[in-house]
Amino acid sequence: MVDSALVLKGQTIAYTCYTVVIMLVMAWFALRVTRPGKSKVKPALFFTFVGFLTLLGVSLHIITYNTIPWAEMDLNRHEITADRSFAIDVANHEFILPSDKLIMEVGEIVEFDVTSHDLTYGFGIFREDQSMVFQMQVVPGHRNDILWKFLTPGNYTIRSTEYSGPKGVAMVLENVVVVLPSGSGTE
Amino acid sequence: MSFISTLMKGEQGLFKAESLTAMQKLTLRFVVVGLVYYLFVLVEGMIMRVYEVEQIPMISKEQFFAILTAHPLVGIFGSTYLIVMGAFLFLVPYLMKKPLYSMKLAHWNFILITAGTFIFWLAGFISHYAPLYTLYWPLPADFNQFSPVGGAIFILGIALVMVGSIFFVINIFKTIMYTPEGWEKQPAGKLLGSALGTAGFFNLLKKKEKQKEHLVSLPVAAIARGTVDMALNAGIILFTGVLILVFMVAAILGKDLSNTAVDALLYKNWFWWGLDLIADGLVLIFVAGTWYLLATMITGKKLFMQNIARAALLLELVVSWTVWSHHLLSDQAQPGILKVLSGEMVTAFELITQGLAFFITLATLWAARPLKMTNELKFLLGGLLGFALAVPAGIMQADVGLNRILHNTQWIIGPHVHVAILIGLTMTLYAAIYLLFPILTNGAKLYSQKLANLHFWTHLIGGIGMGAFMGMAGLKGMLRRTLYFDGEFDLYMILALVCGGLLLIGFLAFFFNIVMSVGVNGVIGIFSPVKNKNKDLVPASE
Repeated sequence: MVDSALVLKGQTIAYTCYTVVIMLVMAWFALRVTRPGKSKVKPALFFTFVGFLTLLGVSLHIITYNTIPWAEMDLNRHEITADRSFAIDVANHEFILPSDKLIMEVGEIVEFDVTSHDLTYGFGIFREDQSMVFQMQVVPGHRNDILWKFLTPGNYTIRSTEYSGPKGVAMVLENVVVVLPSGSGTE
Repeated sequence: MSFISTLMKGEQGLFKAESLTAMQKLTLRFVVVGLVYYLFVLVEGMIMRVYEVEQIPMISKEQFFAILTAHPLVGIFGSTYLIVMGAFLFLVPYLMKKPLYSMKLAHWNFILITAGTFIFWLAGFISHYAPLYTLYWPLPADFNQFSPVGGAIFILGIALVMVGSIFFVINIFKTIMYTPEGWEKQPAGKLLGSALGTAGFFNLLKKKEKQKEHLVSLPVAAIARGTVDMALNAGIILFTGVLILVFMVAAILGKDLSNTAVDALLYKNWFWWGLDLIADGLVLIFVAGTWYLLATMITGKKLFMQNIARAALLLELVVSWTVWSHHLLSDQAQPGILKVLSGEMVTAFELITQGLAFFITLATLWAARPLKMTNELKFLLGGLLGFALAVPAGIMQADVGLNRILHNTQWIIGPHVHVAILIGLTMTLYAAIYLLFPILTNGAKLYSQKLANLHFWTHLIGGIGMGAFMGMAGLKGMLRRTLYFDGEFDLYMILALVCGGLLLIGFLAFFFNIVMSVGVNGVIGIFSPVKNKNKDLVPASE
């Protein structure tokens, strides 16, 4: 499974390249539209552009579905059996974990099943450098479960990723998710 | 003229408030108050930018989140709605060459939105009611954190804005359809059909020689279609407001209604369906219509591919009713089929509809080259760039895979939301203001072109820069709607603050330029009682 940090890096490069290109195109247009010259725009160019946008819009999701592994796993998660499962409760702006640390191994399919007993919260896991591994919403009265496969050993932080009032700012549990190298024997 | 004389009387003393028609005055009131609320939003934004870097002791955490709650609502309703409504209440009659249906309704429209915005802003400021604009259930009714009295006044303010919006909707559709006194009977149904696009749709099924002529112009059709979304949005927000008010009134009377009586996910679906009619509905439709109007007025030429543009506006309206689920891609209980169909696939249509509007506007401008780089043209190009940057950012985050690592980060609110609003929408509105300024002021002259240029560059660089630095912070894991206390993202937030400062400088340059153009006496004159109460849009001699 590709690490989410790598996906973010790819997205950053793609979007940055796009922004540079579109700004240059607009600057070129602004310059040229004030000068005399050929002004006819062929309808074929227009239809080609529309075709390109259609292709881009549809293919983006097909490409990500086939290259970002958690997308397929997420949509089909009810057919997948997790190697390890953690039931987490949330109430009064506090995460209640089944144990002090959530310990797992690299490569395991881990299920996080989070239940809110009052408000809508978020459940996100973050690396030690503050970057996000993944997140989901935690809606009261509904099942909020996610499967994840960690690729890098280390300590991870849980943070609420949805606003739940000013008290929600403190919903951070540092380094409570511990991912050990594969074969460490965490049973 | 001396500086003081220009400050009081305006550039060359050309602006005479007493020469304005009632309609011009009303439109200018909408715009001036909308700009004042924009200043509110800018100052709030700067306070929050500073607070993200250094928690100011005189502002509590609760106050910060109350500002965060008011900020987008004042921006959308107090600023954008007022400016857009003022412009459209003038433009629909102007383009249809008939008077506005009701000046009284337009006055109440103005009063309700102005007062409603002030009420919810003040209620939030005093009571720290802060459920954010998303109002995720049951947070708006969480009385362990928020005062029910403050909340009830806040919701009342929002309700007034919605009633004002409904008055706007009625006035726009009645203006399109009604028959002015002394006119030959107007075909109301056919005018409505043309405005909404049903006539154009049926034309597609007919042979060319049997196709019916469009009875309303393309910009009026865009305004009408965007107004449909405004009506639906007002209905949803009013309904939700009443629901929340029931819980608040019960709490004030000492009764505790069980929060679980409302399903949080169902609530989130209907609320986002309604809320998204602004972001992915009327904003995109109004903006496309404004681009077309600006392009044709700047060039004096017909719009490129105008029949396709008209059809795309109808498609955009339908798309806007079916895309809400992209806001729920991280909700695990949301059915997968809704995530994929509504959240991903239909949302991708916005790339096509907005891309089409982008291309058509550029092609119309290109066909008229060489053009003079006027203020309206440069701001229009800025607006086009804003959406060219922000829409693809939105399409990327409306993806099941990418949303998992982007949702609720600063990336969403920076490169997508702030760039769309500040660069795409606001620069389009500025283009319209610069274009309509001489028409609405009976020929007043802009005080300084240098200030207009300063306004353009500081706004463009400030807006894109702020969005970019927020986006970089988001990609590093910084969340929106929270606070960090250990300086984790200070570098990005300081850079975003500097860019926010540029936006503020740009706005102050613009505001000063406008005040110097019409004079302080002129500004006061805009708000003084109207002498000429006839329904003329511009003075008869014009």
